[in-house]
Amino acid sequence: MRGLAPSAAGAPPAVATAAGGVPASPRPPALHVHDVSVRFGDALVLDDVRFDLEPGHFLAIVGPNGAGKSTLVKVALGLITPQRGHAAIFGHDAGDAPERIGYVPQLKTFDRTFPATAVELVVSGIRRNWPVRIVKAERARAMAALVDVGAETLADRPLARLSGGELQRAFLARALVREPDLVLLDEPATGVDFLAEHDLYDLLERYQARRGATVAMVTHDLSAARFHASRVLVLNRRLHGYGLPEDVLCDECLHEAFGHVGHRHAVAF
Amino acid sequence: MGGVLEILGFAFMQRALAAGLLVALMSGLLGTFVVQRRLSFLGDGLAHSAFGGMGIGALAVVTFGVVEAGGGWLRHPLWVALPFALLTALGIAYVRDRTDLSSDTAIGVFFAVAVALGVLAFSRIPPDVNLGFNVMDLLFGSILAVRTTELTAIVVAAVVVVVTLGFVWGRLAYATFDDELARTDGVRARRLEYLLFVLAAVVVAVSAVVVGIVLMAAYLVIPAAAARLWSRSLAGTSARAVVIGMATTLVGVVASFYLDAPTGSAIILTQAAVFVAAIVLRRR
Repeated sequence: MRGLAPSAAGAPPAVATAAGGVPASPRPPALHVHDVSVRFGDALVLDDVRFDLEPGHFLAIVGPNGAGKSTLVKVALGLITPQRGHAAIFGHDAGDAPERIGYVPQLKTFDRTFPATAVELVVSGIRRNWPVRIVKAERARAMAALVDVGAETLADRPLARLSGGELQRAFLARALVREPDLVLLDEPATGVDFLAEHDLYDLLERYQARRGATVAMVTHDLSAARFHASRVLVLNRRLHGYGLPEDVLCDECLHEAFGHVGHRHAVAF
Repeated sequence: MGGVLEILGFAFMQRALAAGLLVALMSGLLGTFVVQRRLSFLGDGLAHSAFGGMGIGALAVVTFGVVEAGGGWLRHPLWVALPFALLTALGIAYVRDRTDLSSDTAIGVFFAVAVALGVLAFSRIPPDVNLGFNVMDLLFGSILAVRTTELTAIVVAAVVVVVTLGFVWGRLAYATFDDELARTDGVRARRLEYLLFVLAAVVVAVSAVVVGIVLMAAYLVIPAAAARLWSRSLAGTSARAVVIGMATTLVGVVASFYLDAPTGSAIILTQAAVFVAAIVLRRR
């Protein structure tokens, strides 16, 4: 495996990640994944995955289809309980600190027939349940979040009528409205055009700079991982690399995980 | 207008309307979730499971001599239909939750088994036994003949449904929007789905006795489907489904009186007319 050494069980995270040039910190890791193995029936989806992500980083999780990337995110969210190992967010067991996480799911799983407007979606992020009616203060807060992502004109439009890029902004506003310390995104650029994708990374970086938040994103886009992430995790059931983009997105590591090195122009340094 | 007020003066008509309006209230509130979760076949499955329960209940009261002993309210088919529908609802939810089978497949299996049990049970009851109800009434309903026992059951069910939904509406709606997103926020989506199935079983069992097994599913689905076409929010869908259900019940009951038509049919056909209007005039 290339890159940083994953933290040893019980070892202070600062020790485990100091080799990557990140200042040592007494804070618990934003995301702690310890020896996680997940099996669905006969299929081993995650095999002994272990790493710590220090607060303030932008992590890109890359790997081929079926590599277990989304499963890893779901373990971190507490949606899937691993057969072995455990995950923690800022020292809390996975699923125990939902208020500290803003999650943007894959848009392809979203039911477009659900009768809702963008502002209702954002308010659901504030309330952590679905609003019967929206009070003035909630609407103001939701509108501020929509303004932050450049989607204020979408507020009262039905979700069913939004394009992929517009929908992505609405979901991002929903994730950011509660000012989370960790933003988790599962393939956020799927189904959106180049400009919308560029805007997404720009918004995430601005949010991160403003709040000092941590971002972890599943992506197929190795170029985005190279240019926007401060840490890259290469996964294909097992951890094939974790560390600085320039260390991890190398031919050897990508070949090991993907079986080939992909399009060279996309990952050239 | 005077004629309508006159017929509303009859005690049986007041009971019928009270029962119909409460069924419309419960069906509208629950039907919104049933339609949005693509579980429209659930109402049919549960209503037919109630039929199976009624058959088993009827056979039990005959076998254990309750009919000869008088039996009172114990002879009512609801006492077996309700737990049978509840068990069926939990069975469907379990199969849906624990297997890869789709909802319609799970519902279809339970539906068929329940009807087979009901037919088998009724076939074992000698034709000359007076059960106190007619099998045709179970299938097609007899809202004008609703009795105090049935109305009481409907009132209790309505209170249970309204209070329960009042507590869980926001979480249930969130889980209906996106199960995974809701669970990341600590919503126990799986428990809520079981609760939805249980509430649907209660509504269908107590209402099917009045509205009829065949028509009950329509009561659960048509007002909510029409309301969905006119609404841009789930709360709006719920409110409109209740209003449509109540208004069509009122119109259907009065129309059936004047036209000397079966009341259940008149209500459902009125609902169908509203549904057609909703398709034509839907918000785009």
